[in-house]
Amino acid sequence: MNGHGRIPILKVGRVLVVPIQVDMDDQTVLLLQERILTELERTGARGVLIDISLLEMVDSFIGRMLSDIAAMARIMDARTVVVGMQPAVAITLVELGLELNGVDTVLNVDEGIKLLRDEFGIGAEEAFDGGLNFVGEQINPS
Amino acid sequence: MENRSIPLETERDIAVARNEVRNIASQLGFRIIDQTRLTTVASELARNIVKYAGRGRLITQSASSATGKRGLRLIFEDEGPGIADVDLAMRDGYSTGGGLGKGLPGSKRMVDEFKIESIAGQGTRVTVVRWIH
Ligand SMILES: Nc1ncnc2c1ncn2[C@@H]1O[C@H](COP(=O)(O)OP(=O)(O)OP(=O)(O)O)[C@@H](O)[C@H]1O
Ligand SMILES: [Mg+2]
Repeated sequence: MNGHGRIPILKVGRVLVVPIQVDMDDQTVLLLQERILTELERTGARGVLIDISLLEMVDSFIGRMLSDIAAMARIMDARTVVVGMQPAVAITLVELGLELNGVDTVLNVDEGIKLLRDEFGIGAEEAFDGGLNFVGEQINPS
Repeated sequence: MENRSIPLETERDIAVARNEVRNIASQLGFRIIDQTRLTTVASELARNIVKYAGRGRLITQSASSATGKRGLRLIFEDEGPGIADVDLAMRDGYSTGGGLGKGLPGSKRMVDEFKIESIAGQGTRVTVVRWIH
């Protein structure tokens, strides 16, 4: 992958949706973390839904980013849900001994939306068109 | 497969190393879960070199055992500061760099063979092998 900050952050209802589509180098990981927090503050979103279904690997660096985002989002009164972890990634996370502290993991985006709504009362589905199509405004598309 | 040497100097090289390892592992016929293990190990050990030694290299070799198993050997070596107490460094949670201390012990759990050699002041070499099961 080339270029930093190519990962879009979408605002859907009161939820930030972050579809990670590429293998990220460390710089990109740190930049993404920063952008998510900036957007949380700017938009007042209450949930962060990070889709990692296309991530083929989560090492200690990315694992730590996910926990850090959850911890910082929590301070800003937002919940973080990670969706779509590949089975092989889940296995290596356990073997590495990483616990994604403060991060809820679910199988797919629909379940992530449901969790945010049912458990935390954070609505996003009204902005969804047929469940999986993001129609929210795209912020920071750079 | 020919031996390859991949330089590890910048953070970008860590991503390059893990892509190489995934491609090689896939070509050799490893199943997805083992490709993922090897890629994760490459990411952890390459990052250790860039972070603690500044620079080094990854050498990839196809391996075969006395009993006819085939596999992949990865050698991560550097001429950095070395590790004063290897037993300590292998412990879960031990980190001198504000990390989680999972890279070395976690990598060991994801491979079939794991050897770490380090001499203070001279450098570190970590050799891992995963067999195709
Ligand atoms: N190539 C190396 N050269 C010098 N010291 C090293 C090297 N690799 C590891 N170490 C030392 O061993 C310690 C443990 O490494 P390990 O990868 O397990 O954890 P970490 O890098 O500190 O944290 P994490 O990998 O979980 O982010 C490091 O903190 C460092 O002191
Ligand atoms: Mg490490």
